[in-house]
Amino acid sequence: MKSGMILAVLVGLLLATAGITTAAGAIKIGVAGAHSGDLASYGLPSLKAAQLVVKDVNAKGGVNGTPLELLVEDDVCKPEIATNTATKLVSAGVKAVIGHICSGATKAALPIYRDAKVLVISPSATTPGLTQSGEYPNFYRTIAADNTQARTLVDFSLGSLKVKKIAVLHDKGDYGKGLAEYAKTFIEQAGQAEVVLFEGITPGAVDYSAVIQKIKRSGAEAVLFGGYHPEASKIVGQMRQKRLTTLFVSDDGVKDDTFIKVAGKDAEGVYATGPADVSNNPITKEYRDKFKKAEGTDPGAFFDNAVAATLALTNAMVKAGSAEPEAVAKALRGNEVATPFGNIKFDAKGEPVGIGFTIYQVRNGQFVQVH
Amino acid sequence: MEYFIELLFSGLTRGSIYALIALGYTMVYGIIGLINFAHGEMYMIGAFTALIVSTVLSIYGLPLPAILILTALAAAVWAGAYGFTVERLAYRPLRNSPRLTPLISAIGMSIFLQNYVLLAQTSDFLPFPALIPEFAFLEPYAAIVGATDLAILVVSALVMIALTLGIKCTRLGKAMRATAQDRTMALLLGINVDRIISLTFVVGSALAAIGGLLIASHIGQINCFIGFIAGIKAFTAAVLGGIGSIPGAVLGSFVLGLTEAFATGYVASDYEDVFAFSLLVLILIFRPAGLLGKATVEKV
Repeated sequence: MKSGMILAVLVGLLLATAGITTAAGAIKIGVAGAHSGDLASYGLPSLKAAQLVVKDVNAKGGVNGTPLELLVEDDVCKPEIATNTATKLVSAGVKAVIGHICSGATKAALPIYRDAKVLVISPSATTPGLTQSGEYPNFYRTIAADNTQARTLVDFSLGSLKVKKIAVLHDKGDYGKGLAEYAKTFIEQAGQAEVVLFEGITPGAVDYSAVIQKIKRSGAEAVLFGGYHPEASKIVGQMRQKRLTTLFVSDDGVKDDTFIKVAGKDAEGVYATGPADVSNNPITKEYRDKFKKAEGTDPGAFFDNAVAATLALTNAMVKAGSAEPEAVAKALRGNEVATPFGNIKFDAKGEPVGIGFTIYQVRNGQFVQVH
Repeated sequence: MEYFIELLFSGLTRGSIYALIALGYTMVYGIIGLINFAHGEMYMIGAFTALIVSTVLSIYGLPLPAILILTALAAAVWAGAYGFTVERLAYRPLRNSPRLTPLISAIGMSIFLQNYVLLAQTSDFLPFPALIPEFAFLEPYAAIVGATDLAILVVSALVMIALTLGIKCTRLGKAMRATAQDRTMALLLGINVDRIISLTFVVGSALAAIGGLLIASHIGQINCFIGFIAGIKAFTAAVLGGIGSIPGAVLGSFVLGLTEAFATGYVASDYEDVFAFSLLVLILIFRPAGLLGKATVEKV
């Protein structure tokens, strides 16, 4: 009985090592993310995306005839496990990693990859500091950072709406307040307009007329709101009740059909950011169909982003003619690649150029892309 | 000065919104000494009933005033029925238990009703029709006070006066006061205490439902969780004014509403709750029974 158990353990160990030992010569790419646990639904579509793209690349002859091979590691989206995952992948000799999924886990793993000079490209980690702090020159992502939305809102307000006085409101939540603070900073940096009011409102309140009188008094030409649609519809509704025609600009927490349903005619003319609609892009269609064929369901969160990440990475390897991180990094920045989001490349910090938010306006009861 | 008046009116609107709900709280507390945490849910159920009834009525193409009156009646009756049932199920069996027991039962009822509406209706926000028409004579002042603000103000004033007079002058009011003073003695004198308490719940819930209708048409949306925050604020107002006292509930509501409006207007809305609750603490330090509450001596 006892020897049977030892045998089982030995066999297990053997199998585990077998998973990591690979065909000689193949270029190893790690795929790290949550593949089990609460957040598996965020990680599994990305894994599938990487597998689908790599299969296609290998069918076309890989990188200069060398096939690609994926090493899959689960980090359960936990920072303390992500460091182990990273160490494991690095010691297995990966040249690049697609992942991680969650910002916290990504941040924990990045120093290990940086020291090993491994390229990391995440489909979903949105914390601005990952790229913008400059600490991780080896990091790229194929999703817009959290503050990109604020940037889009501010650029649109200043550039297209040409407003000079802006009232920035938020709902005191992480998402709304974070966005509002970025927006405020960006407006002040641009110097073309003034933030005349910066306030947090209490979500769920029965009446916002005091804040609205304050907006009126501030002389703001536009209200920039960070938060979700229930508060947005109340504020817009009460602004119009008080005969205030100030423009209302908000985020993708408001770009929801419920907003239009609840705010009714008051919703007309409201601007909101949202991701551009990519469902008509042929590459998006191609990979979504492949996923559907293989799994029988629609792909989940970040699938398009992960397809983009894998395409960008493999394309850069092909362009560079090698898998060496420096050459690949140069190719990532210098070449555009066709992805589900259209043609993208990366800026010096590793942010994607071409993936971002676009502005919608409510017209006749529908969100219409205006930007 | 104009800004001050604008803030004053937004404070009054908030205050009368709180007052509509706080009146029911304070009535129930006055009679049986129970903080009815399910009261906010009566407000929510009233609003949902109003939404359903007004939608159905508007399909039949009735004129707006008729819709408004019928909807208000339906909401009041329906929420009254809920109030009656809740009292029967959750409070009456606990009439003679320690004070904490019905309180917990009330919290349980509140959670139950929220989730019941969530399952029976929806968890989404729903648009609420503007049942109060725009008044032409208000148009020049629209920036300061709207039709719904005015309606809420007038209704809460009327309700307060009616309740005060009713409790002072009618037979029922007398019976209510007797029940509040000494339940056993009232029983001995032939007052049907159970019936009086049931009636108190019915009236309180009906008031909350009217409040629900008015407030929902003011903010234009409802959801199954609106009762919670509104209930907490109204409860604060009732305590501030002296729980158990009807004019106290109204005064407390206005003090709370005005504090919030002026805190928002002159400081920042980030701190409106800080000001409101600091005021509550201050008042309770100096007047533990609230602004108009009577300090009672505990009978041993």
